[in-house]
Amino acid sequence: MTPEGSLLAAEALCKAYGPTPALDGADFSIHPGEVVAVLGPSGSGKSTLLHCLAGIVRPDSGTVRYGPHALTDLSDAQRSALRRTDFGFVFQFGQLVPELTCLENVALPLRLNGTKRKEAERRAHDWLAQLEVEGVGKQRPGEISGGQGQRVAVARALATTPRVIFADEPTGALDSLNGERVLTLLTNAARDTNAAVVLVTHEARVAAYSDREIVVRDGRVKDMAGRI
Amino acid sequence: MSIGHTLLGLLESGPRHGYDLKRAFDEHFGQDRPLHYGQVYSTMSRLLKNGLVEVDGVEAGAGPERKRYAITDAGITDVAQWLARPEKPEPYLQSTLYTKVVLALLTDRDAAELLDTQRAEHLRLMRGLTERKRTGDLADQLICDHALFHLEADLRWLELTAARLDKLAEAVGG
Repeated sequence: MTPEGSLLAAEALCKAYGPTPALDGADFSIHPGEVVAVLGPSGSGKSTLLHCLAGIVRPDSGTVRYGPHALTDLSDAQRSALRRTDFGFVFQFGQLVPELTCLENVALPLRLNGTKRKEAERRAHDWLAQLEVEGVGKQRPGEISGGQGQRVAVARALATTPRVIFADEPTGALDSLNGERVLTLLTNAARDTNAAVVLVTHEARVAAYSDREIVVRDGRVKDMAGRI
Repeated sequence: MSIGHTLLGLLESGPRHGYDLKRAFDEHFGQDRPLHYGQVYSTMSRLLKNGLVEVDGVEAGAGPERKRYAITDAGITDVAQWLARPEKPEPYLQSTLYTKVVLALLTDRDAAELLDTQRAEHLRLMRGLTERKRTGDLADQLICDHALFHLEADLRWLELTAARLDKLAEAVGG
């Protein structure tokens, strides 16, 4: 793994929850347009690594660099602002606001970044169309299927054209066909916009959509790129 | 795959020359491994000998004679029986991998490293198949899916074994 030219890089990350170490000297780097799968058994530290990389959790020690920023030196407010403008998130469950329509959900991050309503909704509609769910714009998340909801969530993550997309088990709740379609659309869109994707998964079929994989075990990272 | 049954099945829609049979086989099933002419003719000789096909006509030309084959009633019955018979589930790779893991443990080598290397190799193949699915037609997708599900099963076994290496080391050491 060479951090040279990387968009996001972490070095010697340590994070413990109480007496339990979740990360124990983890390194990581990702380049623009690259899809990296993060594999590892349950409890190995995959999600903690993702949260540290995204600036959601501050590590106990070690550094996370995002372009010129040392993420680990930024204040909570600065990291929040960076997450809104530069990062996109897709999780397994519960990411859409149930009171808003799907169109409003996708437009939400744009609105939070100061985009005017009409423009935000126009772009949101375009993203819904790209994710093949333009028909659900007026419906609320509770009124659509799980597969449609996940496509709406991906559209929302992509709406701000983020430079890094963090996806934690993004298809874990979907059947095979829906899961594959969502992954194809997500990785195609990311490659089109040269965004990097950190794809946490325990499924090999999901990892097969990546360019390379790393394995997290006992809080440490093993980069398999040298082998393949 | 039973080439004999497959060629018989292809003949059910009507008589064909050996060359046509090869072309039909390659088009439907030969993406990874096209059939050699030699395989077609040796298989057809065997089917002829067993009464499952018959020669429907011979065309003489500048080159060797071209036989046109037709399926017999016995051939149709044979295909039907083959299709109705479930395939024996194969244990695929794990017996070899299990042997390697146990040998690594017995010889104090790094079994976890062996499993990591195997995982990377499986994923490399799965990436290729996933890419082929992305650009292929429905037939390609279904063929790749079958391979992907089997590779995924191997990988699940690899993960499970990786999680149980300590116990396995105790078991084979004791």
